[in-house]
Amino acid sequence: MSHGTQAPAGADFEPTTWTGSVRKRWLSTLPPEKMLPENQPSYVASWIYVFGMLTIVAMIVAIASGVIITLGGVQWFHESSTGKFFNSVHYWSVQLFFLFMVVHLWGKYWMAAWRGKRALTWATGVLAFLTAVGVGFTGYVITTNFNAQWIAFEAKDVMNAIGVGSVFNVTNLGQMVTFHVAPLPLMLVVIVAMHVLLVRKHGVVPPIDAIDHDAVAPAAAETESAEVAS
Amino acid sequence: MNLLAISLDQPATYWQLGNSWILISVPNFIMIMIMLALFVLALVLPFPGGEDEA
Repeated sequence: MSHGTQAPAGADFEPTTWTGSVRKRWLSTLPPEKMLPENQPSYVASWIYVFGMLTIVAMIVAIASGVIITLGGVQWFHESSTGKFFNSVHYWSVQLFFLFMVVHLWGKYWMAAWRGKRALTWATGVLAFLTAVGVGFTGYVITTNFNAQWIAFEAKDVMNAIGVGSVFNVTNLGQMVTFHVAPLPLMLVVIVAMHVLLVRKHGVVPPIDAIDHDAVAPAAAETESAEVAS
Repeated sequence: MNLLAISLDQPATYWQLGNSWILISVPNFIMIMIMLALFVLALVLPFPGGEDEA
């Protein structure tokens, strides 16, 4: 890019640098009105569409409380009342995370949410679920109580049976703590971010019986949409 | 000690259907029932501000 000149904002320009190319591609794939929409189609006004966001909120609470108890340390969150509180917040936010995610999964399964070129959105959702199981599993294992030991020794046989026991040693507490607090949650956040960006790109999946017009109509056109439907 | 609190510091009770392989812990059963109830309620309860399609 030449000095002293600015490429026009928006995607309508010919990039000459890699940063310009990335911006052009980003803006043509996810323009601001798709990235941060002002309206949603009228069918989104249903409780079943709330569970994806509830899952993300529970995940944010789980991560925030997890960071707090990690910084506080084991003794703090086992012995002080404040520490016990955040330990409980961490545990119950994870319970809610999985509960909301399962309802979200059921909702999307029964409306065949992979329709309309949304296969990758569905696939990243599956990947997020599997990664979350890994985060949850390592979390259970590192509590080191009898339940955790039982889970670890059952899982050890699974890991050995599928041939990865030498890499993922579930009875190695230090390794499980590392997986639980760093790589697995990071992976989960990245996958969930991709999932949300794909939802933004392709739009929220319409119900199976939604009329074509409704499937693309913003909420601003609700009145018009209702007139067509009635 | 709050008498209303459920003690979680003990093994869960399990329900088994006769002598079959169908076996589930009460806590897991409760969680599945809550999820099913939420799913059904999410489909049938009207959404505040949502428009009536009838």
